Amino acid sequence: MAEENPDGVVIGLEIHVQLNKLNSKMFCACSTDYHNSEPNSNTCPVCLGLPGSLPVINEKAVESAMKVGLALNCDIVEQTQFHRKNYFYPDLPKGFQITQYDYPIANDGKIVIESDEGEHVVRIKRAHMEEDPGRMMHIGNIEKSKGTLIDYNRSGMALLEIVTEPDIRSPKESRRFLDKLRNIIEYLEVFDSNLEGAMRVDANISLQGGSRTEVKNISSHKGAERALLYEIMRQKNIMRRGGEVTMETRHFDEEKGCTVGLRSKEAEHDYRYFPEPDLTPLRVADRVPKVTKTLPELPDAKRERFLSQYGMTEMHAKALTSDIRVSEFFEEVAKEVDPKTSASWVADVLKGELNYRELTVDAFKVEDMISIIQMVTQDKITEKSAVEVIRQILDYGGKPDEIVRENGLLKVEEDVVSKAVTETIQENEQAVNDYFAGKEKSLNYLVGQVMKKTRGRADAKEVRELLVDKLNK
Amino acid sequence: MITKEDVEHVGWLARIEIDENDADEYASQLNDVLNHFEQLDEVDTENVPPTYHVIDLVNVFREDVARESLTQDKALENTSSSKEGYFKSYRII
Ligand SMILES: [Zn+2]
Repeated sequence: MAEENPDGVVIGLEIHVQLNKLNSKMFCACSTDYHNSEPNSNTCPVCLGLPGSLPVINEKAVESAMKVGLALNCDIVEQTQFHRKNYFYPDLPKGFQITQYDYPIANDGKIVIESDEGEHVVRIKRAHMEEDPGRMMHIGNIEKSKGTLIDYNRSGMALLEIVTEPDIRSPKESRRFLDKLRNIIEYLEVFDSNLEGAMRVDANISLQGGSRTEVKNISSHKGAERALLYEIMRQKNIMRRGGEVTMETRHFDEEKGCTVGLRSKEAEHDYRYFPEPDLTPLRVADRVPKVTKTLPELPDAKRERFLSQYGMTEMHAKALTSDIRVSEFFEEVAKEVDPKTSASWVADVLKGELNYRELTVDAFKVEDMISIIQMVTQDKITEKSAVEVIRQILDYGGKPDEIVRENGLLKVEEDVVSKAVTETIQENEQAVNDYFAGKEKSLNYLVGQVMKKTRGRADAKEVRELLVDKLNK
Repeated sequence: MITKEDVEHVGWLARIEIDENDADEYASQLNDVLNHFEQLDEVDTENVPPTYHVIDLVNVFREDVARESLTQDKALENTSSSKEGYFKSYRII
């Protein structure tokens, strides 16, 4: 079945990835660890753009960019050169941004994502390095703002801008693409997606027969999906009314969930790019073999290995490799308990509970997962109780064995269950008669009564079987 | 051909105020510069790689080591307009 796309939606993305696992910024030795710092306490003459200061390229930033390029199946260019992109904006202290722009370090890659029709290739046009601007805040609300405050702590952070070809055909696909991209880059250990501003997205979008608009300022994957859904609707409405979609840049308002037109007086040629005279060219293609050797096992390869090594289902393999932290967590658990059982508990249960709470797997301990699974496989607690224990740990903390003890979750002995079943049959003549009269529902009622007597600690499935057994004796 | 309007636009891009009376003169001066470059364009550079840097050096790097930054006070020392540790600018939308 072909992916349905009746409106001819065409989406291309530009993703800014902050190389925030580096120790220092792109062109100066200021620390990248500024997220909890006082404003403007993480700057120097270079990233403040003071006259006479000179940028020097962070070698590891270049190698990180190469790693990403190679992981995205790109070619690394022979030679590249930084340029100055000139424009005035308070977040840019020098009055220009240093960027590779048209001389990207990596070209012509691809990412394979899943679509409704199977695998879908999204081509990567280029990935180029540039520096992050500072951060601006309004005094008061935007409408009545009396001024803008600027914090240059972020100024000069190494960014990689990854640009796709317009190969994405729906907001859902764009989300899948972004999830996969983030996953790959996290595998490379060049960035931490949890940090504020780690990944920012601009999207180009058009419908068949219309012009393209660019939506800026999207800061999350969910936001990207919402911004694109809104923009498709907006463009469709214009076309339905016989209007024309104009080529423009729009700003995504995350709170209101809509896009707003921006008036920009600057055209592309107004940026007056020219080679950055303070930086020498980069010639790093000869390092490709060395950098390639440092690439870790990437998500697709890991998925294949999980399938063959652990014999798990395709679905579990996908779920477990879609986040490096989850895959590492799983492999730790699988050292101690049966891998297939571990796969099911981590992928089906734990991941769901984490997603529901918007937590990452860091919120749960490997040893706790192991002990919970062991209690289930040793028949000490029911699966239902195990889920309860996981929830309690996530919501209130605590250790599995304590939670089991304090909440009386240990499975009751079989003869206790058996006794409860016998009593229930004796005490509920009407329900028993109904059961023999063919009313299935009365069996549920009887199961409920037994569960009540055992205070929910019996396994409902076992109780049901036992009841049917005894009733039919 | 650079027109008076081009001069004003470039002036705006560079945030330089250009007196209307001077714009014509600047336009003609800039056209002279452009003409000079047109002369240079006549030289055949077909097989000459572009010179991005006059010194024949590549890959000048620093190690990824963080050093101490300026203090907030030091960072804000040169500005005439700050607030609560931030640089303060006119309203930006
Ligand atoms: Zn700095």
